[in-house]
Amino acid sequence: MGTLLAASGAAGDFPLLNALIFVPAVGALIVALLPRSRPDLARPLGTLFAAVGGALALALAWQFDVTAATDAATVADGFQFLSQQSWIPALGISWHVGVDGISLWLVVLTSVVVPIVLAGVDPHHDPKPYTAWMLLLQAGSVGAFVALDLFLFFVMFEVVLVPMYLLIAGWGYEGRRYAATKFFIYTMAGSALLLVAIVATAVLGSPDSGITFDLVTLAEEQGLATDTARLCFVAFAIAFLVKVPVVPLHTWLPDAHTEAPTAGSVVLAAVLLKLGTYGLLRFGLYLFPEASDWAAPVLVTVGVVGIIWGAVAAAMQRDLKRLVAYSSVAHMGFIVLGIFAFTATAIGGGVIQMVNHGISTGALFLLVGMLYERRHTRQIDELAGIQSAAPVYAGVFTLIILSSVGVPGLNGFVGEFLILIGSFDTRPVWTIIAASGVILAALYLLWAYQRVFHGPPAAADRQTADLRRGELLTLAPFVVAAVALGVYPKPLLDAVEPAADELLEHFEEHSGFEVPELGDPVVVYHGDSSGEHDEDGH
Amino acid sequence: MVELVWLIPALPLAGFAVLLLAGPRLGEPRAGWLATAASAGSFLLTLITFGGLLGLDSAEGGGAGGHGGRWFVSTLFEWMPIGGLEVDAALLVDPLSMTMALFVTGVGTLIHLYSVGYMGGDPKYSKFFLYLNLFLFSMLMLVLGENLVVTFLGWEGVGTCSYLLISFWHERPTAATAGKKAFVTNRIGDFGFMIATFLLWTTLGTVSYAGPESLAAGAPALATGTATAVSLLLLLAAAGKSAQLPLYVWLPDAMEGPTPVSAMVHAATMVTAGVYLLVRLNPVLDASEGALAVIAIVGAATALFAALAAVAQHDIKKVLAYSTVSQLGYMFLAIGSGAYVAAIFHVITHAFFKGLLFLGAGSVIHGLGDEQDMRRMGALRAAMPVTAATFIVGWLAIAGVPPLSGFWSKDEILLAAREQHWLLWAVGLVTALLTAYYMSRQTFLVFFGGQRWDDSAHPHESPATMTLPLVVLAGAAAIGGVMNLPLVGDWLVLEHFLEPTLAHAHHFTTPTWQKLLLAFGAALAALIGITVAALAWLRSRIPPGKLEPALLENAFYVDSTISNFVGGPGTKAFEAAAAADRRFVDGAVNGVAKLVRMLGEAVRPLQSGYLRHYASGVAVGAIVLVVWLALRGVS
Repeated sequence: MGTLLAASGAAGDFPLLNALIFVPAVGALIVALLPRSRPDLARPLGTLFAAVGGALALALAWQFDVTAATDAATVADGFQFLSQQSWIPALGISWHVGVDGISLWLVVLTSVVVPIVLAGVDPHHDPKPYTAWMLLLQAGSVGAFVALDLFLFFVMFEVVLVPMYLLIAGWGYEGRRYAATKFFIYTMAGSALLLVAIVATAVLGSPDSGITFDLVTLAEEQGLATDTARLCFVAFAIAFLVKVPVVPLHTWLPDAHTEAPTAGSVVLAAVLLKLGTYGLLRFGLYLFPEASDWAAPVLVTVGVVGIIWGAVAAAMQRDLKRLVAYSSVAHMGFIVLGIFAFTATAIGGGVIQMVNHGISTGALFLLVGMLYERRHTRQIDELAGIQSAAPVYAGVFTLIILSSVGVPGLNGFVGEFLILIGSFDTRPVWTIIAASGVILAALYLLWAYQRVFHGPPAAADRQTADLRRGELLTLAPFVVAAVALGVYPKPLLDAVEPAADELLEHFEEHSGFEVPELGDPVVVYHGDSSGEHDEDGH
Repeated sequence: MVELVWLIPALPLAGFAVLLLAGPRLGEPRAGWLATAASAGSFLLTLITFGGLLGLDSAEGGGAGGHGGRWFVSTLFEWMPIGGLEVDAALLVDPLSMTMALFVTGVGTLIHLYSVGYMGGDPKYSKFFLYLNLFLFSMLMLVLGENLVVTFLGWEGVGTCSYLLISFWHERPTAATAGKKAFVTNRIGDFGFMIATFLLWTTLGTVSYAGPESLAAGAPALATGTATAVSLLLLLAAAGKSAQLPLYVWLPDAMEGPTPVSAMVHAATMVTAGVYLLVRLNPVLDASEGALAVIAIVGAATALFAALAAVAQHDIKKVLAYSTVSQLGYMFLAIGSGAYVAAIFHVITHAFFKGLLFLGAGSVIHGLGDEQDMRRMGALRAAMPVTAATFIVGWLAIAGVPPLSGFWSKDEILLAAREQHWLLWAVGLVTALLTAYYMSRQTFLVFFGGQRWDDSAHPHESPATMTLPLVVLAGAAAIGGVMNLPLVGDWLVLEHFLEPTLAHAHHFTTPTWQKLLLAFGAALAALIGITVAALAWLRSRIPPGKLEPALLENAFYVDSTISNFVGGPGTKAFEAAAAADRRFVDGAVNGVAKLVRMLGEAVRPLQSGYLRHYASGVAVGAIVLVVWLALRGVS
């Protein structure tokens, strides 16, 4: 580990990416080793480690060189903060990490969300293991997002699974065992396929010089026969689609979300689901361009079906948390559509939507959790008129709902709009169907809001306390991000765009798909171009 | 001075921010005054910007899109730049945007002022003004936006504020339902807006309004089919926001909101956004085939339909709500007839007189202690002289009595419709007659005749903050017609001002003597309507029952039919889907799990740990596959 930390990054001597993984990992270890007599130390100490990770992630975003990213000619050139250490040389496995515009904001999201929920959400019992698992979750997720080695990715992908399982099983609600087991089996089934496919890809797709698990090498080599590549892609895709999740592989999600403790739900929504969509980009489009093109019609279909199916199912839920979970299915469907629309705008929109979904849905789970703390119920029909008793809470809830519905000026709109406008060129029919999802989103979210917040409050509703200062502080970053990213998403887009462009170029080269140039009008102007106006009028 | 345009929406936004942070501390009435000041400042800045626009030479330049020299774009920042998409947060100053901004801020300020008094005593006083300022900001973004996406920002913003304001008294279930209904119905229209935007972007590569690379410049090159599709999608969008058939259903329910909201959002400003959108994209409509006829038919049908419904309403605000739907129908009829300026003209005069009528109704409701049923009003002339006098001006204006403003704008629409098809004109004329009738009925029922309220009601005139806006609006409703008088070319001020924003200037071809005849006919229709109402409701010559058939009172049962469908089969279908998710999709998964467990128990009875068992199964399977693949790779 010492050698890993000593490895040098691209933009400086400090190995930022390794630190982002190891700070929370070491934190988990230290928290686990705390004396049994001082359980009170666990959360503050754990939060500190997580927050150092968060600060490092912000530094990473700050130091990320957009100019260099833009100048990069290939996906491989686009990675920054690279760090590579030999690990299992016999099999060509190495500790290879790096970040580009696609993973950058997911790393930041992960590293910022975990400390916030660690600080803001009380686990109620056994804080020590809880904190340790949360930190391990952070470490594993960051690791999965920055891994550039298939084996390393797989390890990180699995590292995430265990703490999540234990968090649900240990700190969840009534049905936690069933939900945790279901979650575990589902994702393990996906993981099994993933492992096989990873091994197959490395064994069959490595260059003649020797076996390697290195993502960049394998992606550039494209050494698999078409049929084999397609088979491997299917295995990869199924593992990722379970994570996303898409209909009909989604039924673990409502149970896991509903039964998980609040912090678990938040991290599940904000981070874990993104492993699926991120995987589709990094290990789908990049590693299997031809197969991605081949499978795209099916994937776009399941994405769009998820949008509608998730929304319809959400509308009929009686449990607030289940409702949010199904809305997640709908929102993630947009991302799948965006990825397999194969335009820079749609893919960029997809990446932004990953971040935005983390913010909106994460905040929604926090809010529902806060309500549960007060009322010990999440049943919609047991609540009414909360807005009268808790106006500030209701106000924050409204804002987040509007962001989730995709009202422009808030973050949710940017991702959805970019995905839809970017997909329209290549998948017009699916885009039109997907766009109807915005009607349904308004329907189920406002209907739920009405039933819970409007109307005359009963006696119990009247006594629902408004947000406390600490809760406001927990929610504040989500609210600020929702507004800021809605008004000015440019900094994020600037980093994402070159990565999306390079990925598409790679994809185009190896798949034969012709990516249309957005902004190239189909119609040629015959308007009077001799107008003397400059851009600013006068 | 056009550079100051960004301050126009910035002021209400700042007002919103201050009220958000310090609203309750400011309290009543300071929160109201702050919001009003922000709105008034915005109006002043619009005037200044307007002056700046007039200072630009209309002949100079001649950039594409027919804007002449009178336009200015203020780019604030790049909003969503990725993958060739160029969407700037930018504002456009041109004759159309300034015309809209002027009446929006002008009428808006008066309604802010009115609300200072009207909302007095409400526990959520400061929140009301917070929403009102946010609404004004959104509306200004809508009309000042330089491209479709910024307009969409405003479009959704006003929809959101409308939702918040309709359900303002959120403990009332009817208000909460009405707010949600408005938002969801509008979203159906928004769907059309979005697809139209995508279509325009992919075909023209721009969503901008002004400049050499704009929608206006590119529209003539659109394939007719594309242009028609876009136009119909825009009609869907506009029908949602501007309450046209069949998406009008939310507007009558929106009356659950406080009355100033009905005046501002649901009569004067927001509901005209659809008209603005269609006029803004007139080059696309012109490039289409048949879309204009569809718009005209939708408009005419809506005008007649809603006027018939207004005839038999008892709620003072419901009459005005259906009347608004009907008048919006006129505006669509104008657009469909190619008379874009006439549509905007009617938007403005309607903002004056309908804003006035709603505020007057609010004053009555206020004075009678929240009574809204006209059957319990009557003879309020004496108790509320200012309200009565100004309401009468509004009544005559909307009824189309010359020389008040409504006469001129409606006359232009009827003329344009006549040149399109006599049937459109006939529908418009019948609607005019009905309008005169139902507004007269309302005026007589409320202010004339006998007293039908309890003496305990103690009706009283409203305070000056409420009557002053009434007086100003009454003045505007009376003389508003001067901005576009027919017959003498130079008097068509609005027409000449807006012409540069139109792809094809509309010119009437009807000879003068026919125009006069048509105008006379319209005035006659108004007179007949008023006379019939007077006979029925002042002289009681006609029994009321005959004039208020249940079919009209229930607005042709459209609403209840839709509710029954949504609440019945609609909900059932959704429930069935959710149940299928539970039973079949999830059931299949659990079934597989059960099967695996049974198999596992059969194959390996010694192993009891379910998870471990599963994991080891996975491992074995993986190894087998790896070996197989490795062997295949080697051979």
